Amino acid sequence: MSIVSRGFHGRREPAAADLPPGQYLTRDFPVLQAGPTPRVDLDTWQFTISNEAGAKYTWSWRELLALPSEKTTTDIHCVTRWSKLGTTWQGVSLDTLFADVETAADHALVHSYGGYTTNLPLEDLLDGKAWIAYRFEGEDLTPDHGGPARLLVPHLYFWKSAKWVTRIDLLNDDEPGFWEQLGYHNYGDPWREQRYTDD
Amino acid sequence: MFIDGNGAAGVFAEALGVDITTAVITCAGCGAGGRFAESHVYDHGPGVVARCATCESVLARIVRTPTDAWLDLRGARSVRIPLPAEGADASS
Ligand SMILES: [Zn+2]
Repeated sequence: MSIVSRGFHGRREPAAADLPPGQYLTRDFPVLQAGPTPRVDLDTWQFTISNEAGAKYTWSWRELLALPSEKTTTDIHCVTRWSKLGTTWQGVSLDTLFADVETAADHALVHSYGGYTTNLPLEDLLDGKAWIAYRFEGEDLTPDHGGPARLLVPHLYFWKSAKWVTRIDLLNDDEPGFWEQLGYHNYGDPWREQRYTDD
Repeated sequence: MFIDGNGAAGVFAEALGVDITTAVITCAGCGAGGRFAESHVYDHGPGVVARCATCESVLARIVRTPTDAWLDLRGARSVRIPLPAEGADASS
């Protein structure tokens, strides 16, 4: 009987192996935010990388769009326990943006329009692991999901993928971000279930 | 997108044992004072963030982990909590 009924399960459900521990699957895209949605004018939008010596590398919106973009399909995992599989994004690899940046720093603190911050090791932004994303599922990224552009670092919990990104400061000493200061894990690897400070 | 401060009463009461909604918070950003109940609370995220109704600066944040409450009140210049009058005797 069980063999027969198994055949009637039409759509393939993702295997449990696709989900990090403690996560559940969602098909919608919950909007999480800690403040009002910033309305950013594309004429004044800027993205800046500031190195540990204070040198600044800045791109306007037009300059960002002129850089080679990549499409990536990836799973995303929110610390509030939802995961979304197979999301498709388009944006500029951080490898491209860091190509001419001189730095020996180990740490990055990401800043957003609206004041949000999050920290991560610089190496987690490089080698094809992170993007400044401006399109989601083939459409311009909407403001509620972080548009015009957000950081995308999908191998870490999604609070690290800062919405409305505008600056990355490179630091010799690690500095905890908005949630990392207040009980959340400094690194946030979903596969090791690093949700809270002591995990 | 936000709710009023009453929506954060439970998590603050659990951590502090006081009714935060009747407290008067003075914003460290703009100096405006107001009852916590009138603040703008964003609770769809990893924690709860209360913002000033006047300038939207963060007044207070609280995160509830399985074992602890983490509280940040740096955005409040002061927190004025009403208390029963000293020496008040309900029987008199
Ligand atoms: Zn204020």
